[in-house]
This record gives sequence, structure tokens and C-alpha cells, in this order.
Amino acid sequence: MDKFTKVTGVATPLMRQNVDTDLIIRIERLVDNVTRDGLGPYCFEQIRFKPDGSEDPDCIFNQQPYRDAPIILSRENFGCGSSREGAVWALKGMGVRAVIAPYFGDIFNNNCFQNGLLPVALPIHEIEQLADEMKASPGNARVTIDLENCQVVSPTGRTIPFQIDARRQHAMLNGLDDIAQTMSHKDVITAWQSQDKTARPWVWL
Amino acid sequence: MAKDWRRGSPGADIRLLQRTLNPKANPMGKTLFDKIWDSHVITDLGNGFVLLHIDRLLLHDMSGGKALKEAIEKGYPPAQPRLTYGTPDHTMSTQPGRTEKTHPPGEPLILSMRETTRAYGIKLFDLGQDGQGIVHVMGPEQGLTLPGTTLVCGDSHTSTHGGMGSLAFGIGSSELVHVIATQTMVQRKPKRLRASFEGKLMPGVTAKDMILHLIGELGTAAGTGYSVEYAGSAVRALPIEARLTLCNLTIEMGARTGMVAPDDTTYEYLNGRDYAPKGAMWDRAVAHWRALPTDPDAEFDREHTVDMKNVAPQITWGTSPEHVIAVDRAIPDPSTGPEEKRGAWEAALKYQGLEPGKPIEGTKVDWVFIGSCTNSRISDLRAAASIVKGRHKADHVTAWVVPGSVRIKQEAEAEGLDRVFLDAGFEWREPGCSMCLASNGERVPPGKRSVSTSNRNFVGRQGPGARTHLASPAMAAAAAIKGAIADVRKI
Repeated sequence: MDKFTKVTGVATPLMRQNVDTDLIIRIERLVDNVTRDGLGPYCFEQIRFKPDGSEDPDCIFNQQPYRDAPIILSRENFGCGSSREGAVWALKGMGVRAVIAPYFGDIFNNNCFQNGLLPVALPIHEIEQLADEMKASPGNARVTIDLENCQVVSPTGRTIPFQIDARRQHAMLNGLDDIAQTMSHKDVITAWQSQDKTARPWVWL
Repeated sequence: MAKDWRRGSPGADIRLLQRTLNPKANPMGKTLFDKIWDSHVITDLGNGFVLLHIDRLLLHDMSGGKALKEAIEKGYPPAQPRLTYGTPDHTMSTQPGRTEKTHPPGEPLILSMRETTRAYGIKLFDLGQDGQGIVHVMGPEQGLTLPGTTLVCGDSHTSTHGGMGSLAFGIGSSELVHVIATQTMVQRKPKRLRASFEGKLMPGVTAKDMILHLIGELGTAAGTGYSVEYAGSAVRALPIEARLTLCNLTIEMGARTGMVAPDDTTYEYLNGRDYAPKGAMWDRAVAHWRALPTDPDAEFDREHTVDMKNVAPQITWGTSPEHVIAVDRAIPDPSTGPEEKRGAWEAALKYQGLEPGKPIEGTKVDWVFIGSCTNSRISDLRAAASIVKGRHKADHVTAWVVPGSVRIKQEAEAEGLDRVFLDAGFEWREPGCSMCLASNGERVPPGKRSVSTSNRNFVGRQGPGARTHLASPAMAAAAAIKGAIADVRKI
């Protein structure tokens, strides 16, 4: 998994509620033989492009300085809906490293931590202020997300602390793979399974 | 709420007293969820995370073959192939006479699933075979989904299986690889929400209306970070297929898992199914399952009660499942709605091409889709057929019925339901996910309006530009007949 330590860059205010994973990536892009790395051009295609395939200039992702921005600011429940991990791959393909929202869809949140994309939960008033600071100085404003110190630094230099599980923070900072860690418990798993085969034999087909 | 021990079982007050004196002596009662969760913890990983055993892994063609390949390439062959089952549902056509070649983009996914499952002895209910169907229909139908088990699948509607009293949730591709490799998951315990439905179902009301109504009351994010238990007299009275529908939409209010406690209804449904325990093993399993329901003095982090008198047939109007109203109500006006929702409501009405303040009933409909893991079971098809029988769809409507599995299709045909639909001008198709998410190319055309028995009305869900209204099978059937959104109670 990619490590995440610190990111500084433009933050795109996509100030919508309930941004669902169908909106982030259409399902047929995951059926077509597109690689994980190749999904970027299709990320948010329903709002980035018009039905004729041309870019929609009204979409913030098509405007400077937000094109290729590494951070997205959003409202409540970002990443709700379908479990498709392609949503995370598509965001990464578009160059997004972190999303800041009040909270995230549970499955999307888990998928982020499997891929080195950082979901940062902040209160909505903080996000609104970040968005205002971005818009006030679109050419120069930058947001920093510092995972080691669990803080966001706003374009005007305010520091905003955020919380993250210690386990997940550690895994993100070091790019750790869950499977390898779990495999270190292999004996405990086997022991649990053999007692369960006695206790609940009907589960074991 | 559990402070009110008078509502608990006899002796609950004594237990509460003992717990106060010595918290470890006699712990508080447990919820159904906690009983299953706690009994599946292999080890505590610290920081609130545990390693959880997974009893059932279900695979489908969108992610199954790819995840198996990835696990094998990483050097992790499937840990427990006999606890793993698969069926293709997402990417193949549902056209009568279809094969994996009918929708070419899906073919590599189906072939890859076939190849990888065969290599490791994983049972696949393949295309054209008995047992094939939508993965969340297949599990309960085969008796693979059992009370008290943990079950995962790379699909957010895995919550469906909670209708059997299974702790079931959807996961992403990487987590899927983890389960294939280890038969476990690294998980953090969610909070608990109990949604109680009290009273009797009013005419025309189904489990679909119950859950849509609840999402309308609580909002699409109310369950984020929670596990949900559905309870109350109305839930106890629901047959299993309706409980599966209820649990199916749990993810549409943000929770990964939703459950109904197992009871005699569950055991009657399960007894004799292909993979359910048999004979003495069955008796032993049922004895175990009878201890699963939530104890009377167990605590929930949040409680919500719905009075069934207030639940009418529902229809969504917008682009989130929380955008839902009773069918006899007017389309909401953003200017009178909650301020924080105003922008979303305006955008939704624009996308849907609807005018605020007008009755939703009578809105012209172009497509009707009866199917999906929400509403494609035999009882759903019977409910739709009872509306359709002796009538004909409106000329301008394209109406599809997509049964949830090969067995459901056969059962429906044996009852003559296919004839009812075909005579009424509907298409009668092969089992699969189809137009619920359009991953097999079956789409509602841009700008067209659909009444669908599926689970998501997101922008573009049924195809780019498609306008979706979620409803029950009977409501969808009524819309096909009238050619417009219709109140099933008036048919």
C-alpha cells in the first residue's frame, strides 16, 4: 500500500452532501478491462463531462486551480452507497490523495485505508471555512494535511486537529499491508477454527 | 433506555443491581449483534480493532474472479474454499437465451471466475445451472446463509442476509482479498441502532415501504457507524423474503449491516434447504440459534420506533433513497425544506425533471423494472403479478421482470406468472442484477423515467441521465399498467 505522511496542495470544494460511489465511478468502467491505475479519466465523469463527451466548464474539477488538486473538500457522507473500491482507485487516478468531509460512507472509509487515500473527518464549519479560504485566494491557497501530527493547516495558517485510529494511522504512515499483519496470527486463527468445528459443526460444510 | 428494567425479563432488575455492584459478576444482556460479533472474535488487535472470523464468503463476477486471482498472485491461496461460494449476477445479459457471450464486456469476468473457482474447488452456481442467481438471493435460497454466522461479499447489499439472522456486510476488493487469504477480517465494532416497527401493515404496504419510510424519517446517513437490528411486532410478522428486503436497504441509511433475530419463521424457511444442516445437526443448530435474539435488558446506542399506522406505500422522488414520500403526497418544495438540504433537493428535482408542490401520482413513466436483490423473489413476483393479472401495460411503457434466481424463475413459470407478465406486455427475462445498476449494459435511456423495485435512485444509476423512482413490486406493476406513478391502493 502507498504510504501517506503529508500532503500540501489545492483543495477542491465539492460542497455536496452524499457524494455516492456511483457518481465517483460508473460501474461499467469497472466491467470494462480498465486497470486500477487507468480509472482517473472516468472519475466523476457524470459531472465533469457533458453527454457529448466534452468537458463541462461549470464543473469545478475542470477549473483552475482545481484541476489535478490532491485534496477534495466535501459535505456529509462522502463515499456512500456501493462498496466498489474502484471509487478509491478512480480518485487516486485523478491525483486525489485525501478527502476532507464531516464523515464518510463506512465501506468507502475502509477502502480508503486499504489504498493509502486519507479520509479526514472535520466538523462541517471547519470545512466550510477551508472552502472559503480556498476561494478567497484561488491562485495561492494551499491546504496541508499532516498525518503524523494529525492536523490540517488551512490556507491562512490555522491548524485544525483531526482524529484517526492509532492502528490506521500507523498503517498509513508505514504503508502496511493488512494481510501480512493478519498472517502473523495464523496459529490463533487455526486454533479458533478447530474449537469452532466442535462447537458449531453445522457451519463447516 | 435499558435503565427502564421494568420492560426487561423477570430478574433483569436484579442483574442490573448486580452489575452496579460488580460489573463483571453478571454482565448486562446482549444484543443479537453483540452475541454474534463477540463469538467471532479470534483475537483483540488493540486500539478498538479485533480479528473477526468469517463463516461465509460469497463471490460474484464483478469482483470474485479478480479478487481470487489477486490473492493467488500475492501468494495466498483461498484459506477456506469450502466456506466460499460464488455465482455470476452483475455482468451478463438477462436476455432470454443469454450466455456469457451475449454481453461481451462481462465475458472475461465470468470466465475468470469460472477458472479460479474451479482451480480451488470453490462451488460456483454458474450460468445456466440450477442455483445461479443474484448472490443475495442465492445465499438464503440455498441455505448457505445461516443464523448466527458472519457473512461477507464484495457488494454493499450483503446486509440482505441479515434477514436470516446472519451478521452480514459488504466489503471492498482489498478486504475481499484479505478474507480469501485468511478467512478473517480486521474490524472495529460499530454502535447499535434498533429500529422497531410496531403495529400492522396497512393495505398496500410492504417491507419495501417500511424501510423506505424509515430512511425517509432518519436520513441516508443515520446508520453510518452503526449496526441495525429491526424489531417490533410488524417485523416479527414478516415472512423471510420480506425480512430480506428490509435488511437489503440497510446500507441506504448508511449502516453496513442490518439484522432480524431468527425465530420459527426463519427455521421453517431454512429447514430442508440444500446447504442447511440436517437431522440431529439441525436440532443442535436450532438450539444454538434460539439463544441468539437480543436479551430484554440489552442496551442500544440509539432506538427509533415507527408506528405502522403512519406507513403508506412509498415512492422516491429524488436522487437519494432519503428523498422519499408516501405516494399520495406532493413533490417536496425545497424552499420549505430544511435549509441544509435545499441545494440537494433543488439539484435532485432538476435532474428528475419534477416540479415541486405537484402530486407525484400521475407523473408519466417510461420504464418499469421489477427485479434486483431487493425485490426479485417469488413473493415479489406474485405481488406484482396480482396487480398485472388481466390487465395490460400502458403502450408507452417498457416493462421488465427479472427473476432473482433460476429457481425463482422456474417456480414462477410453474405457477404461470410468466404468462401473466407476458400477456400484459412485460418482458420475462433471465436471472441477474440487470437494470438495478446497469453493469451489464441494460440501461434506462437518458431522460427516461423509471419506476424500479431496486435499491438506489442515484444520479445515473440505471444509466446516464436515467430518472429512477424506487418502489415496491406492486407499486411498480401499478405504474406499468397506468403508465404513470400510481397508488397501488386504487388499483
